[in-house]
Amino acid sequence: MNILEKLKMFVADIKPSTLDVFTLSKKGLHVKIGEMKTDVGLVKNLELSIGKIVEEAWAEPMGLTPFPSLTALREWDMKLLQRYKPFYLPFCDVCCLCTFGKCDLTGGKRGACGIDMAAQQSRIVLLACCIGAATHTGHARHLVEHLIEKYGRRMPLDVGGLNVQVEAPVTRLVCGVKPETLGDLEEILDYVETQVTHCLSVCHTGQEGDNLDFESKVFHVGMLDHVGMEVADIAQIAAYNFPKGDPEAPLVDLGYGTVNIEKPVILCIGHNVVPSVGIIDYMKENGLDGEIEVCGLCCTAHDFTRYYKRGKIIGPISWQLRFIRSGVPDVVVLDEQCIRTDSFYEAQRIKAPVIVASEKNCMGLPNRTNDPADAIVEDLVSGKIPGALILDPEKVGEVAVKVALKVAPLRKKFKAIPEVDEVLRKAKECRQCGDCRRACPQDLHIPEAMKAAMEGSLAKLADLYDLCVGCGRCEEACPAGLQVHSFIVRAGEKKLKEETYKVRAGRGPIQDVEIRNVGSPIVLGEIPGVVAFVGCANYPKGGIEVAEMCREFANRRYIVVTSGCAAMTAGMYKNEEGKTPYEEFTGEFTAGCMVNVGSCVSNAHIAGAAIKIANIFAKRNLRANYEEIADYILNRVGAVGVAWGAYSQKAASIASGFWRLGVPVIVGPHGIKYRRMLLGRADREEDWYVYDARTGEKVYVGPAPEHLFYAAETKEEAMVMIAKLCMRPNDTTKGRAIKLTHYIDLHKRLYGTMPEDIHRFVRTVADIPVTMKDEIVKILEEKGWKETIIPDPTLLPRLIRKRKE
Amino acid sequence: MAAEPWQTAEIPGPKKALVITKPEVVAAMIKRAKHPVLVVGHKAAETDFEGGKLIDFIIEFSKKSGIPVVATAHMIGEFAKRGFKPAAFMPAVDIGNRLVDPSWTGVDGKGQHDLALFVGLYYYMEWAILSGLKHFAQHLKTITLDNVYHPHASWSFPNLSQEEWVKNLKVIMDKV
Repeated sequence: MNILEKLKMFVADIKPSTLDVFTLSKKGLHVKIGEMKTDVGLVKNLELSIGKIVEEAWAEPMGLTPFPSLTALREWDMKLLQRYKPFYLPFCDVCCLCTFGKCDLTGGKRGACGIDMAAQQSRIVLLACCIGAATHTGHARHLVEHLIEKYGRRMPLDVGGLNVQVEAPVTRLVCGVKPETLGDLEEILDYVETQVTHCLSVCHTGQEGDNLDFESKVFHVGMLDHVGMEVADIAQIAAYNFPKGDPEAPLVDLGYGTVNIEKPVILCIGHNVVPSVGIIDYMKENGLDGEIEVCGLCCTAHDFTRYYKRGKIIGPISWQLRFIRSGVPDVVVLDEQCIRTDSFYEAQRIKAPVIVASEKNCMGLPNRTNDPADAIVEDLVSGKIPGALILDPEKVGEVAVKVALKVAPLRKKFKAIPEVDEVLRKAKECRQCGDCRRACPQDLHIPEAMKAAMEGSLAKLADLYDLCVGCGRCEEACPAGLQVHSFIVRAGEKKLKEETYKVRAGRGPIQDVEIRNVGSPIVLGEIPGVVAFVGCANYPKGGIEVAEMCREFANRRYIVVTSGCAAMTAGMYKNEEGKTPYEEFTGEFTAGCMVNVGSCVSNAHIAGAAIKIANIFAKRNLRANYEEIADYILNRVGAVGVAWGAYSQKAASIASGFWRLGVPVIVGPHGIKYRRMLLGRADREEDWYVYDARTGEKVYVGPAPEHLFYAAETKEEAMVMIAKLCMRPNDTTKGRAIKLTHYIDLHKRLYGTMPEDIHRFVRTVADIPVTMKDEIVKILEEKGWKETIIPDPTLLPRLIRKRKE
Repeated sequence: MAAEPWQTAEIPGPKKALVITKPEVVAAMIKRAKHPVLVVGHKAAETDFEGGKLIDFIIEFSKKSGIPVVATAHMIGEFAKRGFKPAAFMPAVDIGNRLVDPSWTGVDGKGQHDLALFVGLYYYMEWAILSGLKHFAQHLKTITLDNVYHPHASWSFPNLSQEEWVKNLKVIMDKV
């Protein structure tokens, strides 16, 4: 009998007439008694409130920080921030957030509210992370509410059966609860929403004033973001029966060229799979599976291929303009997040009706949710309305399918990309003013390409196709109104049509047994690292670099994990055998793999894998034991996140959740626009001491990992840094030798020299890779290197087992 | 003289770089500096410069002026190919982070630098690092040698054509 039932029995013994107020639910118990006679006396005006009823079905003892408040983990944050100090890179000299402003914060000036530039920058970072966390959490709330309505509160959270018994490692770690049903996720979201609101309130004028305290709250909201993401993904995995930690999740189609344009095409853009599921279910229920192409951009596509393996992923966010303008979609369905806000306008240009399916993104369209489906279909097909807001996902499914079938023969794939002769003719109107290049975030040499087009050659424009991130700013800047982006797409049309790749559908969590298999070699350093390629598509030199980095580290027997737009981009490459990385490498979480966990919200499984190594392999208590687990990961688990094209606020909050957990994150050069880095100083020896938990001695362990948040200038730099950031104080000599081998090898190949900081990573002679011994010993002698011990490393004094006398 | 940022939307705020109208001024500032440093990004190996690459000019400039070079990204290899050894190599964000620390002993152990010249980084990356230095390295003056206007530097060329830029840099080379 559970606690709730026992309480109900107890209350049933009290005469109902004596109860003035009685409410009992999982959220709490509230009893109010005006007057009641009992065997021991008369009770008057008794009021009893219990905030929450905890059912103790989970034997693991509660850790120190269940449902942590804003300051519960502040001391841990400050330990990290003392080592990895912020380097601020202000985007703007002023603060313009209140009507006192704008305030000039240059030269150490404080604003009207008293804030200085360091605090202002960290405040903006916090604001960005709150946006990111709120976005994932709002997504999770919508999913959970919808799925409860559809499947009931008691639906079990089966995300992998016996293979995934630690079903929600982030939630267990942060909240100290073990969710078992969809209904259990509600109180977790209550907590996250409350905390995100508090964090957002911190950004108000006249609240926090210290930059490091802002940074601590950045970490807090990042941690919350991972809880929100985990809730979203385990809810949809369980309810929609997505792959449940399946290493052999199906290979699905990726790329423009995989779409059969002879069929009606429905394009879904966004991140919330619910409307797409409505479309797929309607198709299947009405025998239309195979009659219509369902394709998608961004994470919605990831998620519907976890539900429907015949779905097609077009590509990452940067393919939005080019695919809509190609005229292939007959209906465009928008849900939420990372949707171009001009997509409705772009869809109108190709005469494709638009269905918006999220309250967060209404696009100014009439709400037709309560109208009969056929009436909406008629209005969309006839062009009476160009689009409609439909907040019922089943109705979205019916309307989208019916409209696609009726509109496709009428539209005849009407496109908004000019023909080649028109490009050549229009190019002659180019004034060579250079405004397109000055608007291009990649500083692409567009004027030169336009000049070549004026002279009759599209070759240079075609070259730009591979580098263009599809933002369209060139067109906005052009004083002659030329459709520069469309010209690039037309010039690169052959490449676009040849985009036919495979990506493994998002597998979701990492299995407990996989963790058991790799836990030891990761912690001891024999698997040189776990590298997660995540995030968006704002790449400095096109997407090929992501695929190259993935292949490099998979070939070196690192564990390579992908998610989101990076997972798609990584698949848009074929080796000499014509295989994509997902076909070339195993989908099992092991050395030399290529594991796609899924969409943005699936990032929680990457954090979850690191947490599970500490829990399942090292047997550390998980429950509300955040500080100890983060300390374990920082010092022992050689994991690195790489967000090569990160652009969004969500990417910022995802990264900050990794920082608090002790996982460093590398971003591409555009990531410097996140306004601050968290950088270690390898040259400051005093920053790199840890406690040896066996003795309490403070031991120098070198800069491992050297940075917590870091923007690399080039792919080469990122690759060398990935290898370096995988080193951890706990590495065994064998493990450190393996990691050093990769670091030195990459350094020699990509930098052309030996690294100059090897002495900081060699602790004993046994750390030195055998094949490089002579070379390295000579360097160590020149540097005056001295041997140090390999400790049982921790930053937490409370974990010292034997204190020094 | 007014100048516009190279990337149109990168408007900085009230404190903007002084525009280099006479390259002789840059040469004079370099001579006056007690402890300058030159930070060279990866684009120096890609950018054309008088039949060669910008990096070739940088090497000659460093040799003539005696200014130590910090190579960012993978540039150390490009310098090595040309038989030149920079004073240091490190990521661009690392050199930025060290330059804001008054207690840093510099690339040569002789103390913090008082002048940092930048060239060859991605525009937005250099833009952001120069902003960090403008706000948090009060002891430091910065000059960019790129051919585009960098509002966060202390001194910057305006947006220049290739020919004008080459001409200006050659004057600086002559005068240092």
